[in-house]
Amino acid sequence: MAERGFQISRLPGVATVAIGAFVILYLPIVTLVIFSFNASNSVATWGGFSLHWYGDAWANDDVKAATMRSLIIGVSAAFLSTILATLAALGTTRRRAFKGQTFIYVVINQPLMVPEIVTAVALMIFFGIVKVATGYQGLGYLIAAHTAFCLPFAYLPIRARLESMDLSLETAAADLYATPWQTFRRVTLPLLAPGIMAGAMLAFVISLDDVVITEFVKSGGQDTLPTYMLGQLRRSFTPEVNAISTMLLGVTVVMLTAFFLLTRKKD
Amino acid sequence: MSPAEDNAVRTSARNGWLLSLPALILLAFAASGPLLIVIWYSFLTANDTGNVIHEWSVEGWKGIFLTYDIFEERYALADAHLTIFWRSVWLSLTTTALTFAIGFPTAWFIATRPPQQRAMWLFLITIPFWTNLLIRTFAINEVIRNEGLLNTLLIWVGAIDTPLQINYTETAVLIGMTYVYLPLMVLPLYATIERFDMRLLEASYDLYASRWATLRRVILPIVKPGIIAGSILVFVPSLGAYVTPRILGGGKNMMIGNFIELQFLQGKNWPLGAALSVALLIIVMGALLVYVRVANRDRSQGHG
Repeated sequence: MAERGFQISRLPGVATVAIGAFVILYLPIVTLVIFSFNASNSVATWGGFSLHWYGDAWANDDVKAATMRSLIIGVSAAFLSTILATLAALGTTRRRAFKGQTFIYVVINQPLMVPEIVTAVALMIFFGIVKVATGYQGLGYLIAAHTAFCLPFAYLPIRARLESMDLSLETAAADLYATPWQTFRRVTLPLLAPGIMAGAMLAFVISLDDVVITEFVKSGGQDTLPTYMLGQLRRSFTPEVNAISTMLLGVTVVMLTAFFLLTRKKD
Repeated sequence: MSPAEDNAVRTSARNGWLLSLPALILLAFAASGPLLIVIWYSFLTANDTGNVIHEWSVEGWKGIFLTYDIFEERYALADAHLTIFWRSVWLSLTTTALTFAIGFPTAWFIATRPPQQRAMWLFLITIPFWTNLLIRTFAINEVIRNEGLLNTLLIWVGAIDTPLQINYTETAVLIGMTYVYLPLMVLPLYATIERFDMRLLEASYDLYASRWATLRRVILPIVKPGIIAGSILVFVPSLGAYVTPRILGGGKNMMIGNFIELQFLQGKNWPLGAALSVALLIIVMGALLVYVRVANRDRSQGHG
């Protein structure tokens, strides 16, 4: 049956379009990566292999500062959103449905539904008022904003992990007179760890990629890598931006590979 | 229910709320709450130097469709604004249609691979999905701009003499959005096609249905939930797109997202910008509600 089913599911032209789609998806990215190693000044003609755009990016103080800022915000947002998401996931799974559960679910996933530009504008206005009232101008606003929109990305894998977890081990621990805290610390948490790691990684990638909300919330001189790149694109296209893009791309691919290894179902 | 059980249920609900509370508080301050301020600001008076004057006004909302002609002292339809709305809706719908036209065969292809290969093909779709939108927009720009890959190639083979001006046109925005949002269409389509029972195709062919009839009468109705989910996932971010039209469209081919930015960062008409944001939010929420209703109806009817 499998043999015939496979044959029959073959629709004409499907493979051609699909392979075409994969080529279209990757060709621009590959071009971008290749030209980041271009020796020539131009972004159009190939002048031999060189790493000098990476050197330029590395020597550029603005790039260095933006990288540091992106990392600080990304790590803080991933850390905070993962803690909040873990608590919320423990609160909203594996218990009898309670009043307001749907409300909690909707609020946590709200950043996925509201257009980014609308959230960006809302935060610009609100944090603007807070900045005037408190005089504080630091990175705290960006960290708070990033933690908020990273929350659903951290929450969903943790929740999925919790829902697929076997309850019997925790019951066994309780039967052996473990206190609820001991059960959580020694049984639940270790079992949940891959979900938490996966959630933290997605949150970090999402934070690292954000342009729109950061662009509106940041105070002067608080560029992250993406907003720095957006600013550069406004002026001129240099292979330096390709080099930064390639590095960001590398981080994303590494994180995603780790994410897939962590969440892979063991068959 | 015994009092003890009743108590346990109540404790469980209380713990559920307590554990969720820190997340809810953060979201109230850094996501949901500020949206209410936007609604409030849309009813205030514009301050020409930016920000607002705290006086009640509906000028922001009127400004969405109308402009005040100071010479004739009357309101007229704001053609420039209507052009931007029309472009946003048109480009978003076309993007949705294009991503479906390319995404459906792609999802079908992945779902019909042998199981051990599927994960690899899916991973290939997921990488662009999680890759920075700015980088992908920048990458497609490398291909379609005047000195880009496409024009260089076309000139080299002698198909054209002068580069095609694709960048800074609506076509560029359309190509860019189709490119960046394609994975959002493929993933939900794949999820439904994977569950599709291929024996239905045999049944259909056995009953002398043509390929076209099978596609229209058997496949499409069953994968409809995936089509709707994919369409919403593409349409919603397209409508609020900011980065892609800004880089590929230039100043002339603004979409609603860019128009909102203009009001806040350059146009200095915050109430108009706030009203536009609320309007965009209402349209998006409307689309999501339609989705939830259709999805629930499909689930209650059941299929397969």
